[in-house]
Amino acid sequence: MPLEEDELYQQRILDHYEEPFHRGPCPLATHAHEDENPLCGDVVRVELAVEPDGKIRDAYFEGEGCCISQASASMLVERMNGRRVDDVKCFTAEDMLALVGARLTPNRQKCCLLPWRALQTAIYSPVAGNGARTRDAPH
Amino acid sequence: MKTASPTALDVERLRADFPILASVLHRSAERPGVPLVYLDNAATTQRPRQVIRSIVDTYEKHYANVHRGVHWLSDQSTDLYEDARAKVRNFIGAPSGEQVIFTHGTTEGINLVARSWGDANLGPGDEILLTEMEHHSNIVPWQQAAARSGAVVRFLPITDDGQLALETLDEFLTPKTRIVAVAAVSNVLGTINPLAPFIARAHEAGALVLVDAAQSVPHQHTDVAELDADFLVFSGHKMLAPTGVGVLYGRRELLDAMPPFLGGGSMIRRVTTAGFEPAELPAKFEAGTPPIVPAIGLGAAIDYLAAVGMDAIGEHERRLCTLAHEVLGAIGGLKILGPGPERTGGIVSFTLERVHAHDVAQILDRHGVAVRAGHHCAMPLHKRLGITASTRASFYLYNTPAEVEQLGRAIEDTKRIFRRK
Repeated sequence: MPLEEDELYQQRILDHYEEPFHRGPCPLATHAHEDENPLCGDVVRVELAVEPDGKIRDAYFEGEGCCISQASASMLVERMNGRRVDDVKCFTAEDMLALVGARLTPNRQKCCLLPWRALQTAIYSPVAGNGARTRDAPH
Repeated sequence: MKTASPTALDVERLRADFPILASVLHRSAERPGVPLVYLDNAATTQRPRQVIRSIVDTYEKHYANVHRGVHWLSDQSTDLYEDARAKVRNFIGAPSGEQVIFTHGTTEGINLVARSWGDANLGPGDEILLTEMEHHSNIVPWQQAAARSGAVVRFLPITDDGQLALETLDEFLTPKTRIVAVAAVSNVLGTINPLAPFIARAHEAGALVLVDAAQSVPHQHTDVAELDADFLVFSGHKMLAPTGVGVLYGRRELLDAMPPFLGGGSMIRRVTTAGFEPAELPAKFEAGTPPIVPAIGLGAAIDYLAAVGMDAIGEHERRLCTLAHEVLGAIGGLKILGPGPERTGGIVSFTLERVHAHDVAQILDRHGVAVRAGHHCAMPLHKRLGITASTRASFYLYNTPAEVEQLGRAIEDTKRIFRRK
C-alpha cells in the first residue's frame, strides 16, 4: 500500500539533503557558530567568510541530523552566499520556514530553524585570529 | 509467519480492551487513513478499559484524601490505595507492604535513593558503579550525588553487541564501590541483563545494588527476594497504569536507616517548632498527598497483567522480537543494535543507512507506525555505539505479528523515499 509522496520529503528537500550546497569548512572563515537542538541532538555549524564591507563572500555549513535540519542548512547557506550581513539580519524565522516551503509540525519547525539560529548567531561570532577584531557584527 | 503455539495469547481479544488501539490516523478526503500500529511501548504503554474504569470508578464513587479523614470516603480511598500497595507487593514478591513505597515514577525512585541513601552514605573517593547502557535517569541522580559527596561515578563497559562486559566486573567492583545501579533491561538495546550473578558479585564486593526495573517489571516475572536486590524501581505507565505513579522497593533495614527524602505532610510522626520526627515506613517516604488514583490504577493494571500471565506476555514479546529480527534483518542498509532476540526483551532499535532516525520515524508515522527516534535518554550509550540517534520499536502484549510486518513495509517505504538518485 504505497502512500502518495509525502510533502515533507519532496524532491527539492531530498536533493539538498543528499547533495548539499557548500557542506564543509569555509575557506578563510571570519565568523562561525555551532548550535544544536538538545532534545533531538541535531547539530549545525555555520561558517562565513565576511568581507570588511559586510559582504558574505562564502557561506558554508557542517552538521549532523535529520533531513529537514540538514536540507534547511543547505538551502540557507545557498541563499546567503554572496549576500550581505544586513540581509541575514532582515531574514526572519518566517522567511526561513518559507524558504524550506514544506508544511512543518511545530516539532519539525525546530529542525528547520536550527541552521537559521546558527547563522543569526554566526554573524556576531568572529573567529579568533582571522581578522576579526570585535564582537560586533560587521554591517 | 510463525504459527501460534497452544499457549499463545489471544491478542485480538486483548486488543478489544484497549480503545485507543482502534485509532485510524491521517484520514482525509483523499485518503482512507491508516490503522495505528503502536510500537512505542518502552516510552509508555496504553491502558485497557479495566484500568480506565478503575480510575473513573474511584473518582466517581470512592475519592478522598488518604490516611487523613475519619470520614467514610477517606476510608474507602485509603482502603483502595492500600489494596494497590498489597497488589504491588504480591506482584514483585516483596516481603512486606512497608517496603513498597509509592513514588511518582522510576526517576523519582532513583533520585530518592541517590539523595536519601546517597547523602547519608557516600563520601569522598567512594565509587558508584553504573553501566554504559543506563538511561539518563539512572545516571544523572548519581552524578548529582557524586558532586555533593565527592564520590566518583564509574561506568561498567558493554560489548559491541550491547551486553554487559562481565569479564571487566572484577576490575570495576573495588573495595570503594558502595552501590551499583543497573538496568534490568536496556531501554534501547532490549538486552536482558544477567542480574542474579551480577548482584551476587556486587554483594561479595560489599556494594549495594539498585535495579532500574522500568523495562523489566512490565514484561517479565519479578521476584525481588529471589533477585536479592537492595533497591528496585519501576513506573506504572510502562505497565498499563496511569502516569504519575511508580514504585520503590527497598530492603527493610536500608529503608529504616535512611533519612526521609521529601519533607511535608504524611511523612512525619510529630512536628514541633524545634523539629520533626519521621513516620514509619512506608509513609516516611510518601510526603504530601500521594498519587492516589494512579496508584489504584496501577493495582488494576497488575490485576490485568496477572490475569493474562507474565510468562505468556514474555513469551509473546519474544516471538514478536524474533520476527522483528527476521523482518528487519532482511532489509538492506538496516543495522539492528544489541544482541540477538534470544538475549533481548521486546525492544528492537536500529539505524538505517543514510536516513536519520527522525526521518525514519516521520515516514513510519505516515504508515501509522508509532516508534521512538533519537537517543532515547541514553546519550552515553549512543556515543559508545558510535551513533547519534536510533529508531526504536518496542512491543507489548497487544502487538501482533501483522504489525511487525507493517513496520517492515514502512521501513522499505522509507528507503524508497530516500533512494539515491
